[in-house]
Amino acid sequence: MCEVKVITGTSAAAEAAKLADVDVIAAYPITPQTTCVEKLADFVANGELNAEYIKVESEHSAMSASIGASAAGARAFTATSSQGLALMHEVLFAAAGMRVPVVMMNANRALSAPINIWNDQQDSLSQRDTGWIQLYAEDNQEVLDLVIQAFKIAEDEKVLLPVMVNLDGFILTHTVEPVTLPKQENVLDFIGTYEPKHAYLDPKKPMTQGALGDPNYYMETRYAIETAMENAKKVIADVHDAFAEKFNRAYGNGLIESYNLEKAENVIVAMGSICGTIKDMIDLKKKEGVEIGLLKIRCYRPLPIEMIKDALKNAKNVAILDKSISLGMNKGAIYADVASHLKDKKTVNYIVGLGGRDITPEDILGIYDDVEISEDGKTNWIGLKEE
Amino acid sequence: MVNTGTIIYEPGSSAKNKTGSWRVFKPVLDQDKCVKCENCYIFCPEGCIQEKDGKFEIDYDYCKGCLICEKECPVKAIKAEREEK
Repeated sequence: MCEVKVITGTSAAAEAAKLADVDVIAAYPITPQTTCVEKLADFVANGELNAEYIKVESEHSAMSASIGASAAGARAFTATSSQGLALMHEVLFAAAGMRVPVVMMNANRALSAPINIWNDQQDSLSQRDTGWIQLYAEDNQEVLDLVIQAFKIAEDEKVLLPVMVNLDGFILTHTVEPVTLPKQENVLDFIGTYEPKHAYLDPKKPMTQGALGDPNYYMETRYAIETAMENAKKVIADVHDAFAEKFNRAYGNGLIESYNLEKAENVIVAMGSICGTIKDMIDLKKKEGVEIGLLKIRCYRPLPIEMIKDALKNAKNVAILDKSISLGMNKGAIYADVASHLKDKKTVNYIVGLGGRDITPEDILGIYDDVEISEDGKTNWIGLKEE
Repeated sequence: MVNTGTIIYEPGSSAKNKTGSWRVFKPVLDQDKCVKCENCYIFCPEGCIQEKDGKFEIDYDYCKGCLICEKECPVKAIKAEREEK
């Protein structure tokens, strides 16, 4: 009843958008996202997907067109990466403020200068305050499952916020893995059709979206987004559970995933594809009788901080891995967000894999050893070549 | 107070948002000096100056106090006064 295909992460995202029967795709190609929108262009050209494919002149336009399409009642999808996401920055706020449930795939990639097309998570982490829900995938199957779930989360009446599904550039975007594709009728049965109640551009019933909001109104709009973010935590968990029930694939509780956390004192907190390597190292060490753990953050915005605190209650030494850096603070964004809530534990920040630098299994084991002896609150750059 | 997505469902509702409170200086028209040249009416970027019964009147509910009218008045009939709060 299901079909298994050996495909890349970008293909998995494109297949998911097709399964969700999107109405409008507005896209501009950028490495390493390009293969996703190429695949979607093929689907539309071959008549496999009945959607409007808008070729735009930049990512700023891709996001603007997606917002317009969503405001007109269409299920809209786009994809981007790195500099393209940075170019969208201005319009990302508009999407969240207008509460349009656009779904976007982002191929995580480093930012210039120097020009670097390889993977880190600086691009999406830099967009954390835009009001977008941010989800991170570990493998290609999770990419497909997350994109399907993203539509249901974004379009939920209690949420109505755009969702960004992130996958590590090249590591996932260009690596082939077996991916189970559900039947489209089951996917559509799961996510339903998008019927906008708050916004539906119709010439017979004119309305204005994104108009001027003076000091009398603006603050309330930000609070409304914050409330929707809070609601999203439950919706993300519920959508995940319903998905697990229907398609038989689960990822922790939907927001976080605990791996061997019960007995482990030394724990890593991480996000994205690196979690696969960490899980392998945990299994390896378990055979030697050493208990180490992983807390995978699947949903970075909204950040499920209470769940994270609860999951880490038995941990003593917490290594927080960041594939990004908040320059001038010598800390990554995940560390800044998580460590501030773990006052009773030792937390150490590890800056890893910037601009595609390899993170080896030995690096992971080294981090587990280091976090035990390293000083609380310290930042260590892993694999840095120093003079 | 605010619709989801700050959507405005009713056309023309911006008239309900009185923007005159933004003003620091208030243009005051001296009707005796006014020669009814219509310059203030033409140059007002907000359409706050209207002719009524042969006289020009400034709508202080919406006038933001840009004072373009004061600059454009050829007979200096419009004077700026600090807004009393």
